[in-house]
Amino acid sequence: MKLARDTWLIFQRQLHLLLRNPVWVFVGVFQPVMYLLLFAPLLKPALNAPTQAEAYKIFVPGLLVLLAIFGGLFQGFGLIAELRAGVIERSRVTPVSRLALLLGRSLRDVVSLLVQAVIITLLALLFDLRVFIGDLLLAYLLLALIALMTSAVSYGVALKVKSEDALAPLMNTVAQPVLLLSGILLPLAFAPGWLQGIAKWNPFSWAVDGTRALFSGDISNDRVWQGLTIITVLAAAGVFWAARQFARSVR
Amino acid sequence: MIETRGLRKSFRSRAGRETKTVDAVRGVDLDVAAGEIFGFLGPNGAGKTTTLRMLATLIEPDGGQATIAGADLLKDPGEVRRRIGYVAQGGSTWDESTAREELVLQARLYGISKVEAQRRAVRALEAFQLTEFADRKCKTYSGGQRRRVEIALGIIHEPKIVFLDEPTTGLDPQSRAHMWDEIRRLRTEGMTVFITTHYLDEADALCDRIAIMDHGEVVAEGTPADLKREISGDVVQVGLDLVATGEAEKLLAAEEYISRLERLDEGGLRLFVDEGATAIPRILRRVDGAGLDLKSIELHRPSLDDVFLTKTGRSLRES
Repeated sequence: MKLARDTWLIFQRQLHLLLRNPVWVFVGVFQPVMYLLLFAPLLKPALNAPTQAEAYKIFVPGLLVLLAIFGGLFQGFGLIAELRAGVIERSRVTPVSRLALLLGRSLRDVVSLLVQAVIITLLALLFDLRVFIGDLLLAYLLLALIALMTSAVSYGVALKVKSEDALAPLMNTVAQPVLLLSGILLPLAFAPGWLQGIAKWNPFSWAVDGTRALFSGDISNDRVWQGLTIITVLAAAGVFWAARQFARSVR
Repeated sequence: MIETRGLRKSFRSRAGRETKTVDAVRGVDLDVAAGEIFGFLGPNGAGKTTTLRMLATLIEPDGGQATIAGADLLKDPGEVRRRIGYVAQGGSTWDESTAREELVLQARLYGISKVEAQRRAVRALEAFQLTEFADRKCKTYSGGQRRRVEIALGIIHEPKIVFLDEPTTGLDPQSRAHMWDEIRRLRTEGMTVFITTHYLDEADALCDRIAIMDHGEVVAEGTPADLKREISGDVVQVGLDLVATGEAEKLLAAEEYISRLERLDEGGLRLFVDEGATAIPRILRRVDGAGLDLKSIELHRPSLDDVFLTKTGRSLRES
């Protein structure tokens, strides 16, 4: 009860501050839209897809996962600014739940990701993408879990390194192989065997496969429940670890 | 209100391949009574902030015991948090929030209902003369206004005791005087106030009792008046050029009414005497009689800096 109340308080504040500065919506949507407009048209011939709509079915899910990973991983920067301003320390002398300090922030990130995802999906509909609403909602759940995990991990790392200078290269170094090994831009079906072998160990490649299956209406595909399970476990672990960082001494 | 015994904290710091252990606080015993303004005086790096952060539950002590407002710091930090307020040195407000938003949220983090939180915010804004700026973003505030918001945040839940870490550092003299009034007002309202400072005049003017800290230890404790009385007597400062200083030192060292003397770097001497009024003519006669050129002579009542000097062997101003 207290956890829910505290989480709600932190979430409200964070969301309120986010809405006060709506530039993020533009920034957050601009890049994926560019991919959608300037990159996706190359895919139909490249993937040998029969129609543009088929190409979008492969590309849009990947793009959304990409958004969830990157959107989450870079949230730590905001936290470092809050650390510096003393806001975190001020929260830590109150009896507020430490888990709520994390969850309130991460849930804000999840909500902002879902808003972006809806905008992207609606735009893709204009390009003849068609997807069942039930499948779509399940895909959004998967995206939300990914964002929860990556933003929690980002906050945890931010509390550990406490400086933007350390966080930026760290996150980039993690994000790049994760991106390349998840088949986000092009499906790994095209990859040589050894590359597929490595990618199997990347949880995000399972998530991407699962999301793609959902977008093609293949909800019974094993990759759906496998992706969901893997990401749920990792999100729980990420949240647990990051909440401990909030509980431990800062500075 | 606060009772600590043997409170300790050391940090490990890494310099290259070596790890060094720094004993930031080495066994602090404090007794702070309810309703007093207690000052923690010491140079930067003396361990004041570390002690304060331990008392405010932000870092865990390595050893020792503490009871704060009746709650055990080590066994029940959650209860301590409910009973204390803490205002950090480096600020605690968010640029993009308004004072009112910060106050309402802070109150609610203590479990206070929304309606009551809003009521308290209004009251706090009035008490700290912030009503006019209440709905402007914090980044538009002056240093003094911002500090007042931070103190209002620290006491929004009406704690029994509030810790203020260097509350006037970085403020202009006028805001500083204003802040002193605010702090006295907290005492009037029945709060115990625990402040750290490295300003001697602040400790002297504001605090009912002080503890002087140096190298992680409390080296003296008492009311400012008592501490000054302890290093009994007055200080006579004579201005001489460098050559004459050496001569005068030899001459005056033999005088039995001078308990201690010290050379000043820029030339001249500080003489510790029982009673300045009778010592001055004797010093004058002695120095003048030897034909030394006396430039100035001043009588000082002992200051807290003299206390610090006596206890630690160096001046707070130079450390």
